[in-house]
Amino acid sequence: MDISIHTTFLPQDDPDAALGFYRDTLGFELRNDVGYEGMRWLTVGPPQQPGVNIVLHPPGADPGTTDEERKVIAEMMAKGTYASIMLATPDLDSTFDQLQASDVEVVQEPTDQPWGMRDCAVRDPAGNMVRIQQMGS
Amino acid sequence: MSSRDAAESQRLRDLALLRRVRDRMDREYAQPLDVEALARGVNMSAGHLSRRFKAAYGESPYSYLMTRRIERAMALLRRGDLSVTDVCFAVGCQSLGTFSTRFSELVGMSPSDYKVRSRQEMAGVPSCESKKVTRPVRNPVRNREAPLAGRS
Repeated sequence: MDISIHTTFLPQDDPDAALGFYRDTLGFELRNDVGYEGMRWLTVGPPQQPGVNIVLHPPGADPGTTDEERKVIAEMMAKGTYASIMLATPDLDSTFDQLQASDVEVVQEPTDQPWGMRDCAVRDPAGNMVRIQQMGS
Repeated sequence: MSSRDAAESQRLRDLALLRRVRDRMDREYAQPLDVEALARGVNMSAGHLSRRFKAAYGESPYSYLMTRRIERAMALLRRGDLSVTDVCFAVGCQSLGTFSTRFSELVGMSPSDYKVRSRQEMAGVPSCESKKVTRPVRNPVRNREAPLAGRS
């Protein structure tokens, strides 16, 4: 078998804010922008990885989701315990400096972790945890 | 917007505020941070913040902050080149007594015993492996205190 990762999903509760973060701050390209009944699905990804996509989606859009479940998801997103992603970059410190110069919420400055990795962490506008590690560390 | 929607929007804004308090502890745990300072940062009283935080995350902000500090202290003690006092201050604790008590409650042995034992246990193991094996396990440790007899 020859299977690669094509698309993964992260929830967003404000499409314009999500686009501002992933496209304008992280430098991802916008590959698709689909609207339906007031909701938006944004497909983004790094220019150097044309085959890997993240869909920033409205959580709870599946009609099988109950109101109670939507409420729980919205609360977990707000308190920052719902979703996360790990990214990597060849120059962590310069990347972090650029992030800090924008108005992102910093969770952790670049730190050497005891398990041998160097990484930093920020929140995206929806409250998702975005960890960025030094490539090759 | 119905009053129910308005109440839910307010609740989400409040939770996002608590998230910022929690993230600030992750970011600034090594500073002399306390619950009063955290509460001032979000215009709440310390008591109110503690109750709201505990309702949202299942533990008080004080407990979260101290656990974060102890986790980092474990990593620093394993390096072996820092004294317990150095480590205590490096992770933002200002009282060696409070640090040692909380460390013992969470880890099951005193910081000095931990330092000695981690060196003995990992002697002869390549450092790249010992980093993996001894990395602090965040969630299972949180909210739970280790048995006093020590780790099994």
